[in-house]
Amino acid sequence: MQIKPIIGLEIHVQLATRTKMFCACPLEFAAEPNSRTCPVCLGMPGTLPVMNRTALEYSIKAGIALGGRIARFSKWDRKSYYYPDMPKNYQISQYDLPICSEGSFEIPKPDGSTRPVGIIRAHLEEDAGKNLHEGLDHTRVDLNRAGTPLLEIVTKPDIQDADEAYSFCVELQRLVQWLGISEANMQKGQMRFEPNVNVAITDGGVEYRTPISEVKNLNSFRSVRLAIAYEINRQVEAWKADHDYTLAKKGKMNFGWNDAKEATEFQRGKEESHDYRYFPDPDLVPVTVDDATLARLGAEVGELPLARQRRFIDTYGMTAKDCEVILADRATSELYDDAIAQVADAKLLTKQFVGIWNHLASARQSTIAGLGVPQVSVVELAKIVADGTISASAAMQVAEKLCEKGGSALEIAQSAGLIQERDESAMQAWIDQAFTENPQAVADALSDNPKKSKAAPGFLRGQVMKISQGKADPKLTGELIEKKILSLKC
Amino acid sequence: MPAPIDESQVRHIAHLARIKLTDAEVAAFGAQFANILKHFETLSEVNTDGVEPTAHPLPITNVLRDDEPVEPIGVEAALANAPARETPYFKVPKVLDQETA
Ligand SMILES: [Zn+2]
Repeated sequence: MQIKPIIGLEIHVQLATRTKMFCACPLEFAAEPNSRTCPVCLGMPGTLPVMNRTALEYSIKAGIALGGRIARFSKWDRKSYYYPDMPKNYQISQYDLPICSEGSFEIPKPDGSTRPVGIIRAHLEEDAGKNLHEGLDHTRVDLNRAGTPLLEIVTKPDIQDADEAYSFCVELQRLVQWLGISEANMQKGQMRFEPNVNVAITDGGVEYRTPISEVKNLNSFRSVRLAIAYEINRQVEAWKADHDYTLAKKGKMNFGWNDAKEATEFQRGKEESHDYRYFPDPDLVPVTVDDATLARLGAEVGELPLARQRRFIDTYGMTAKDCEVILADRATSELYDDAIAQVADAKLLTKQFVGIWNHLASARQSTIAGLGVPQVSVVELAKIVADGTISASAAMQVAEKLCEKGGSALEIAQSAGLIQERDESAMQAWIDQAFTENPQAVADALSDNPKKSKAAPGFLRGQVMKISQGKADPKLTGELIEKKILSLKC
Repeated sequence: MPAPIDESQVRHIAHLARIKLTDAEVAAFGAQFANILKHFETLSEVNTDGVEPTAHPLPITNVLRDDEPVEPIGVEAALANAPARETPYFKVPKVLDQETA
């Protein structure tokens, strides 16, 4: 018996506009209920919706980044349903002319390769409000969310397993954040997932397909992975128990997700919910996209995160771990990319990003670019470490000051007394002092015990660093110590 | 003549709109539906070969607004027409959770 899961995803992404899709109400998370509403999003009769230009442009950018065809002509349709979270009794959406269609999105595989997942469509629509009824004998309605711009992305059933679905969702989150078109914050419900799952079972040369389950409203990557894995397992078991458990005989079914039980739950009575009676919205005129707009938005999309990651690995010898830090956000990766042109040593710059800058950024709950240290200072700090002006460990102190008050890295290092001493006579004095104060170590260095004679120079170097208060150039110190030991041996 | 609208279709449409109909209303609306469909039947006699489908009657596109917030009307005004409220919420009869998007 052979089992092949067939998985597609429907994802809603909330766009990071300041106002709603069709009215100028501000979008604000956790505002007082119904305080962010107006006659348009309350669904009052006689009101006229007007499209948000930014929402439209964000959806086009997403479409370009998803490798899709951008519709030069699209329109708006009413999706009818009756529910108090949508008081006009229809949702404005795009039915037959979505803004983007036929795309393909590369997702990373654990072995470092990538795999394309087909995108059927991505269209714009408005979100509904919220119904609250927990612990109540009635329902409360908050329409602050009603009219929020959403991008609905529908993949082909190309996804092979729960892990691949997981990495698709993660990569999509990175993409929309990268493009600056969504915060994609899970806690705020700005990304919601609906996997469609069934299984092709080949048994005795016959292929059976289990009924498609649509799992509704998942709001974490974890629940996407768990729900899909659960469904694959459940469907195979259900088919084993009853070979009539097939798509042809049972159709499509809706399931909810119980996070506490980590199980899907069958939802009854949904058949009619697809009776949406779409028709063109007479209140909204169609949208056309011209060449100039498409070219401008395409330029803003630029290099995508996965492509940039590949380039950074190939060109700068980054590891996957380095990429996690340096490609965490677009601005940081651009800061690196611009700085590297002026720093010869890519390894050193990478090390400073992953070590120093990342450390400072985490402490300030910021991104590296968000620290606000200008590129010229980032370059300067790398340069003065590369040429031995300051030690790698002193760089942290300088970086900290650069975050706090800016300025020149070299001047900060000078006023903090961090410039390494490379004047041989000054260094010789420190070395002589270290030798005088540590006769045992000197004796060890000269002894025949290979273990002792090997460890002693390192110890002496540490003493020189201490005496010099870190100013001695460590490399030169090492050389001078070796020289002195050699002269004592003769 | 279009196929007559049967009772179950009328009841189905009413259910989708969450409207309760009496038996007399079902019969009356059924007849009215049939008339409306007959009217469209007349329209469908027009030869539309080679005519582009119309998305909108006006010859304009791209009516867009800048993404600039305007002060909302406030909770009090928002709830002013509501038959029932539980400030700052609208209050409606208990509904079952069902998919909304
Ligand atoms: Zn509004």
